[in-house]
Amino acid sequence: MKLLFDRIDEPGLNTLAVYERRGGYQSLRKALTMSPHDVLQQILDSGVRGRGGAGFQIGRKISFLPHGQMEKYLVCNADESEPGTFKDRELIQKSPHMLIEGVVIAAYAGEISRAFIYIRGEYAHQADILEAAIAQAAQAGYIGERILGSSLSLPLVLHRGAGAYICGEETGLLDSLEGKRGNPRLKPPFPAIEGLYHGPTLINNVETLCTVPQIIRIGGAEYAKIGTETSTGTKVVSISGDVQRPGNYEIELGTPSREIIYGLAGGPFENREIKFWFPGGSSSPVLTKDDLDVPYDFDSMARAGSMLGSGAIIVADERRSVLGVALKLAKFYAHESCGKCVPCREGTNWTVKMLQRIQSGEATPMDLEIMASVQEQIIGNCLCVLGDAMAMPIGSIVTKFRGELEAEIEAARARADAGAPADVVAVGVADELAGPTPVR
Amino acid sequence: MSPRIPVARFGHGSRVPGWDEPVDLAKDPAVVPDPATTPVPQALRDEIEAAMAKYPDRRSATIPALHAAQRLHGWCSPKAITQVAAVMALTPADLTSVASFYDMLELSPRPPHDDVYVCTNISCSLLGADELYEAMIAAAAEHPSVHVQSFECLGACDIAPMASVNGEYVGPLREGDAEQIVEDLAAGRPVLPEKQLRFRPSADPGARP
Repeated sequence: MKLLFDRIDEPGLNTLAVYERRGGYQSLRKALTMSPHDVLQQILDSGVRGRGGAGFQIGRKISFLPHGQMEKYLVCNADESEPGTFKDRELIQKSPHMLIEGVVIAAYAGEISRAFIYIRGEYAHQADILEAAIAQAAQAGYIGERILGSSLSLPLVLHRGAGAYICGEETGLLDSLEGKRGNPRLKPPFPAIEGLYHGPTLINNVETLCTVPQIIRIGGAEYAKIGTETSTGTKVVSISGDVQRPGNYEIELGTPSREIIYGLAGGPFENREIKFWFPGGSSSPVLTKDDLDVPYDFDSMARAGSMLGSGAIIVADERRSVLGVALKLAKFYAHESCGKCVPCREGTNWTVKMLQRIQSGEATPMDLEIMASVQEQIIGNCLCVLGDAMAMPIGSIVTKFRGELEAEIEAARARADAGAPADVVAVGVADELAGPTPVR
Repeated sequence: MSPRIPVARFGHGSRVPGWDEPVDLAKDPAVVPDPATTPVPQALRDEIEAAMAKYPDRRSATIPALHAAQRLHGWCSPKAITQVAAVMALTPADLTSVASFYDMLELSPRPPHDDVYVCTNISCSLLGADELYEAMIAAAAEHPSVHVQSFECLGACDIAPMASVNGEYVGPLREGDAEQIVEDLAAGRPVLPEKQLRFRPSADPGARP
């Protein structure tokens, strides 16, 4: 079942002419013949859940917006930076008008008067394509004043970020869009009540908004028949790491994970075996080869102790050291922590230091207890979930690969005792950001 | 007692440069620069004013304005910041606080240069990104105009290990590609055209036209 990726490689699909020839903007025309309330009902009926990470129903989000005459905003989150995730990049690059159409229909359903797309600064090529598409759509009257002669008016502005993972967090993104440092805000109030410029704001991921025209086209009830009961529809899954055919694949939610990893992506390299995998980006707790038969949907992943997240599968085979991967992860989150909340700022940095102690032969098995307890202290104690996003995978690695980490501790201690140089698995951000002045 | 290997310990984990530099308390705080005495190149002024016009609040144009100033000056120098501040009627401190938050905005002196961001996050590092980063540094050693930086996930794990060269995504990169990138940049050619992401078809069989 292909909805978003259906013949997406067709040359010129990023232009208005080809998109229209393939039936583009027909969903918008159809939506404009309905009342905003009916459009919202279709989206609610579809049951479609957010594709950005949290999995919250977009229909319910829209229904939280207050009614009445006021400036309301729609912000499309195209700040795709969750490690392992690259689905929005391909959608924007190949079918930018699908996103624009989704934005306009969602704005109509929420009676929203102004829309922004916040794209990460690194996606320069995709931003250029989207900018050209927005200009074409404006020329054709699909955005701007009185769209297609209806009562709907919607200016749409593309905003380019400048490189910060935290701006993918919805309130950090709003501050960044307002021209400030991208620090997350205290919630509540949630953006639906008080968001951009203090106005009610609907924030959704690129892929989520791209599903909206499909829902209007086939009908909400029909869309709900795809996938499982609580995870409806299709999902674009980004697969990377130790697999033969990495890339984006659109699957029906509920497809067994094994079928995605082995069937679509070709499985691990020859004579290799899967050791562990992240089912939903680097922020999701790791799963092992015993979990390969878990259906790929929101609730099955939660029951398996992980999460669907952004729908990015990262596979590591048996050659990979969990310590190296854990350190890579911890350094990433330490670098990207905005520094506002103490548990996250300190927790990420101390986790990096504790993992480095293992490498240098200074750690004891007790350090694993401390590391696990640090992760527990982070979860749920910050304004946003960046800290949790490190604590969940690191916590799961400490639990599931305790034996391997203990062996690493022993081996590194033995090396240190023998006077051999420390075996440094990876270098990176923590050293750079800490500057050149070691205290001792 | 086993011999201890020294582990680097650092006083802070802040992202903010200059955290340990003393502040001159006798100095007056910088205010919004006087437009009459702050010359701003016309093209830069036009670009910033056009950006401000797109938003209900002009402050939203801060990142686009800093991007524009950095393109002109090579980095967010005090001069660049002052020019942006004069056009946007904000204080330089406001703008510096924003510029210091984002990885793509540079606060250390750099002439106009070529940017090579090497992704060293998980998926790329599983497939050899750390070695690629070292090779890239070595290849660019003789070319001061090529600025190599290790970067967090650039969202192109399907072509891992990869790099973004002046915004152009290339991968999967193999041995020898680092030298080729530097050569292509020096010659002013498109970088590794056969490895550019923009020409890559989707992995999903259903995506075929």
